[in-house]
Amino acid sequence: MSTHAEDVESLVDKEYEHGFVTDIDSDTIEPGLNEEVISFISKKKNEPAWMLDYRLKAYRQWLKMEEPLWAHVDYEPIDYQSISYYSAPKSKDDMPKSLDEVDPKLLETYEKLGIPLHEQKMLAGVAVDAVFDSVSVATTFKSKLADAGVIFCSFSEAVQEHPELVQKYLGSVVPIADNYFSALNAAVFTDGSFCYIPKGVRCPMELSTYFRINASNTGQFERTLIVADEGSHVSYLEGCTAPMRDENQLHAAVVELIALDDAEIKYSTVQNWYPGDENGKGGIYNFVTKRGDCRGRNSKISWTQVETGSAITWKYPSSLLRGDNSVGEFYSVAVTNNYQQADTGTKMIHIGKNTSSTIISKGISARFAQNAYRGLVKISKGADNARNYTQCDSLLMGDKCGAHTFPYIEAKNSSAQVEHEATTSKIGDDQLFYCRQRGVSEEDAVNMIVNGFCKDVFKELPMEFAVEAQKLLGVTLEGAVG
Amino acid sequence: MLSINDLHSQIDDKKILNGLSLEVNKGEVHAIMGPNGSGKSTLANVLAGRDGYDVTGGSVTYEGQDLLEMSPEERAWAGIFLAFQYPVEIPGVNNIYLLKAGVNAIRKSRGETELDAVEFLALVREKIKLVKMKEDFMSRGVNEGFSGGEKKRNEIFQMAVLEPKLAILDETDSGLDIDALKIVADGVNHLRNEERSIVLVTHYQRLLNYIVPDFVHVLANGRIIKSGGSELALQLEEQGYEQVMREAEAA
Repeated sequence: MSTHAEDVESLVDKEYEHGFVTDIDSDTIEPGLNEEVISFISKKKNEPAWMLDYRLKAYRQWLKMEEPLWAHVDYEPIDYQSISYYSAPKSKDDMPKSLDEVDPKLLETYEKLGIPLHEQKMLAGVAVDAVFDSVSVATTFKSKLADAGVIFCSFSEAVQEHPELVQKYLGSVVPIADNYFSALNAAVFTDGSFCYIPKGVRCPMELSTYFRINASNTGQFERTLIVADEGSHVSYLEGCTAPMRDENQLHAAVVELIALDDAEIKYSTVQNWYPGDENGKGGIYNFVTKRGDCRGRNSKISWTQVETGSAITWKYPSSLLRGDNSVGEFYSVAVTNNYQQADTGTKMIHIGKNTSSTIISKGISARFAQNAYRGLVKISKGADNARNYTQCDSLLMGDKCGAHTFPYIEAKNSSAQVEHEATTSKIGDDQLFYCRQRGVSEEDAVNMIVNGFCKDVFKELPMEFAVEAQKLLGVTLEGAVG
Repeated sequence: MLSINDLHSQIDDKKILNGLSLEVNKGEVHAIMGPNGSGKSTLANVLAGRDGYDVTGGSVTYEGQDLLEMSPEERAWAGIFLAFQYPVEIPGVNNIYLLKAGVNAIRKSRGETELDAVEFLALVREKIKLVKMKEDFMSRGVNEGFSGGEKKRNEIFQMAVLEPKLAILDETDSGLDIDALKIVADGVNHLRNEERSIVLVTHYQRLLNYIVPDFVHVLANGRIIKSGGSELALQLEEQGYEQVMREAEAA
């Protein structure tokens, strides 16, 4: 069903034959993907030659690849030639002038999540001249980081200001040829975040994309690179509980994390993109490649994610445990409602000695949704005394939804200890009645039971995020019972 | 306060209650006794508003309101409490978190201010002594990993905190050893006053040695066949249900 590589190639060639020329001065390019488009993006961003080479190499690789179809999700084939791969930020004239012009349903959701008015405006894309306090917040924030020697900036900025770091680490965890979507991302990504924590530094605050000035319009192909040098520590928050205005259907981001000796990276995500309406129309396709490399001894990478949005989620934040004594963790809550589909999980690749990993996955399905956990625990030959603990729980609401578990275990070292526990349960009428008899309304009771189910994951989130995530779950599952 | 009139109820197509009538006034303690399958638990569940019990006839009035029209939470707000025969486990949900949500929902429904965390903690610390439970019980998951006796004590603890006007205790004595039974009975006796009505549903007379009811009713085949004072429970203990049922039929 996927667009065949040869077809793409011939199509590209054909367009080129017809004299497809791109105007460098324009802000948006015509839909379609070819080497011209990639050169255009690179030129627009004033990139050095090595960056363009990287993109072109990725593009040529992508042409040879096929879209993966093994995930437990179902969608219409994506026409990659119908997407526009570069568009500059929208002019203020096209944006809503005030909140009155914004979809009331969206505002209602903001209200329920308790989002302050000025932030609502930003999220809904309302044209505001002074982008609220974030400028000042971000400025204080930046100087504090600079004092500590932490580099935290947009990816484009990093390419200009810190090319040696980008060149050294980009693609070192997720190689160009890793998968179809990561290759596409490498070819066409427009922006993202870059973070470097120097040796021995404990990042003085939690880094959040939400507060980064350049966070807007990173587009559908986002690139994130985080490097924690020896003995450093960083906690990074990605996303936002509020649904953001977004017109791109396909999202294919790549996140690479690198932890050197004794370094620790904690990466938390709350994803709440548009899931489509209750009949399954619209919604974002989220095909993300996230991987961390515990490159150094005693390093640790911890992924925590709360996934409630998107029509389709295809996402496996993974850790390569290369350093001896390194630790990988994955804590996940994935909620699917209506016609949402999620195929998510993790890979823990044990390579070094005495490595350990923990996987806690909580899947919740309601109405007609399909939720799959897919996880790989691989113990390599030389990974003496590797340990893994996996717990994978599913909660069903109603009888038309589905939960699926696909655990893969490959152990090539006999000293490995691998444990896997899985449960599937339904929100019981007994539990609901018990709560209601104590005076709690049905809706609050559902929230309470679901949040109880997710507790092991929420407690891994930074405090503020955890509170928001709980509220978000409530809003997402509103009306799912009864 | 509670007036049940000619109540008929069934589960699926099986008739359980066949014209049950009962009057409960403020401050009274009524014991409903009867053999297995007589409809005791059905009565408790119908009063609390559990799904799956179809009321096919009769009426229930509570403080002048049609009880059967109210949702389970509305009944709780109106002061009805059910101590469950089989308290359910809710993993990950803190025991007092649920209770605080309940207390505040009830207060809100009455236009009272909600209790903050400090006030609430003071309240539960006081009440938990009543059932001789350790404080760490409060922060465990609702009934999660509790023994049978602990679950029943937790029900009485919740009753003490929620301070209902009408408490229905569904076989609260079942599965309790004698020490736990005494603790539970002491707790209930402590909560007994002239404002609060209590309906005790029980199979055995032994609970009534500790909680002495004002009235005892014998339930058989879905209706009350005999009513009396606390001495009726002793008669049941001596003669058994069969004998009493035969006498009632003959009368």
